[in-house]
Amino acid sequence: MEKLKRFVRKNPAFTLFFLLALGVAAIAVFAPVLATHDPYEAVLADAVQPPGPEHWFGTDRMGRDLYSRVIYGARSSLSASLALVCLIAAVGTFLGILAGWFGGLLDAVIMRISDMMISFPGMVLALAVAGILGASMKNAVLAIAVVSWTKYARLARSLVLKIRERDYIAAAKVTGSRTSHIFWSYLLPNVLPTILITGATDIGSMMMEIAALSFLGFGAKAPTAEWGLMLNEGRAYMTAAPWLMVFPGLAIFITVVVFNLLGDSLRDVLDPRDERQESGFGRKENE
Amino acid sequence: MKKSDLLKRFLQIVIVLFGISFVTFGLTYMAPGDPVRAMYAASGTIPSEEILDQTREALGLNEPFLTQYLNWLSNCLRGDFGTSYSLNRPVAALLLARLWPTLKLSLASLVLMLLVSVPLGILSAVRKGGISDYIVRGLTFLGVSLPNFWVGLILLYVFGVKLGVVPVVSSGQGFDRLILPAVTLAFAMMGKYTRQVRTAFLEELNQDYVTGARCRGIKESTILWRHVLPNAILPLITMLGLSLGSLLGGTAVVEVIFSYPGLGSLAVDAITSMDYSLIQGYVLWVALIYMVLNLLVDLSYSLLDPRIKKGGR
Repeated sequence: MEKLKRFVRKNPAFTLFFLLALGVAAIAVFAPVLATHDPYEAVLADAVQPPGPEHWFGTDRMGRDLYSRVIYGARSSLSASLALVCLIAAVGTFLGILAGWFGGLLDAVIMRISDMMISFPGMVLALAVAGILGASMKNAVLAIAVVSWTKYARLARSLVLKIRERDYIAAAKVTGSRTSHIFWSYLLPNVLPTILITGATDIGSMMMEIAALSFLGFGAKAPTAEWGLMLNEGRAYMTAAPWLMVFPGLAIFITVVVFNLLGDSLRDVLDPRDERQESGFGRKENE
Repeated sequence: MKKSDLLKRFLQIVIVLFGISFVTFGLTYMAPGDPVRAMYAASGTIPSEEILDQTREALGLNEPFLTQYLNWLSNCLRGDFGTSYSLNRPVAALLLARLWPTLKLSLASLVLMLLVSVPLGILSAVRKGGISDYIVRGLTFLGVSLPNFWVGLILLYVFGVKLGVVPVVSSGQGFDRLILPAVTLAFAMMGKYTRQVRTAFLEELNQDYVTGARCRGIKESTILWRHVLPNAILPLITMLGLSLGSLLGGTAVVEVIFSYPGLGSLAVDAITSMDYSLIQGYVLWVALIYMVLNLLVDLSYSLLDPRIKKGGR
């Protein structure tokens, strides 16, 4: 308890953003409690109502309550982006460590694939993959994962290359440690902090990419409550019902801001040496 | 850049293109859905199994995968990317017709973005820690966190629907149709570039030559514009090249919002109607353009920075 207090006092920014992120997650988890209506129940008599005391954010063209849909949208957006980041971080880290540790042909193959992905605008391929696989949230996640894992592979590989000639690794090898033991006890713990920081800063942009695919019709399928898809549905009613595109967009924006700030402050907590990164406003990878 | 390096780069481009062609062809090959059925559905007829099979035979779709791939590849190398069945025109002609609008849009957004980011970045670097620095950094943070399709929708609503100063559908050729899509794209890039300019300026301002110039009593404005600016702006060129490349592929969302007739909206239509030859052609084209642009950027670097030509770095 005492330790926690000291941590909070030392990292006020991180604590704040962590709590905010927890709040967003809580909205997703407790969506049934927070929602005032059934997000999928269409009441055609109430179609396209402006925001008011009964429907806080108004209703869409099917008469569904927009507030409840935005609340439920947190579920699909959040779970999809977290799943995506975990997926690419796990796959990328694993392959990167393998490439760095074993070198040789394995390294060459993994790195050439990664070169290919870098010398190519990822969104184009993601679009093609998502479109060809068919519209679904799972396929959208897969499509973005296919083009995004290489960043983590590069990171993990370079970190492994840095430590593989160290004495303690050599000692582990000489004393007959199994490769799996070296992997879990030496390589992974060395790589993890950097991967965590990168992953946390990536959640926001990944969320936007998923929403963009859904917006284009290559992600979530109707009638799912998903923010990108809701924006797409609201687009046609822009003149008559502007609230349909205001609230889902605002939800994306707020969530992305919270997770971007969380990622930046996590960097400050885990990597205090890096003085060149101005705190609070970190950089974004060149995409 | 030495000749051998250039050769290496060319080789790399060829290899990557080869890999990408294989991946896209493989994907469309494995894709669920039957292109032949979709082709007939597009023309409004429901053919019998017999006719479907005949068409497959005629199109070479019954051949084994590798034969199909090699056939397709050799056609591509001769400049024949096949025919789009949803639009019934050669893929190459379709792509070519849409290339210029997208290029125009990308360039306009880059220029617009530079006009905003460079002054803002310089301002926040020079006034580091001041109020303007905080405001600029807050703005760039917003720019990075706002989804660009939402920005596009809001702009469209405010300026197109409410104020009526620009057309809601940007399908014509006029300059006013370019403005909103360009602003939307520029907004998304602004944050990244402002930060880059700021960082580059701060780094240069700490260099010895700046201290030296200050000691000699040279005016601060002269130092800033004559000495620091050229050095700080150089790394931007690489970023600009990369951005132009990813814009060519990444304008899709914005093009769809504004109904702008570019490569991106063509690709989205192609994917929706499962027009495989068009999708394949699009991916290959964008890959090629992107890599050629990157090569040009690297070449221009050695022209613009004398240190590289002499082999100093």
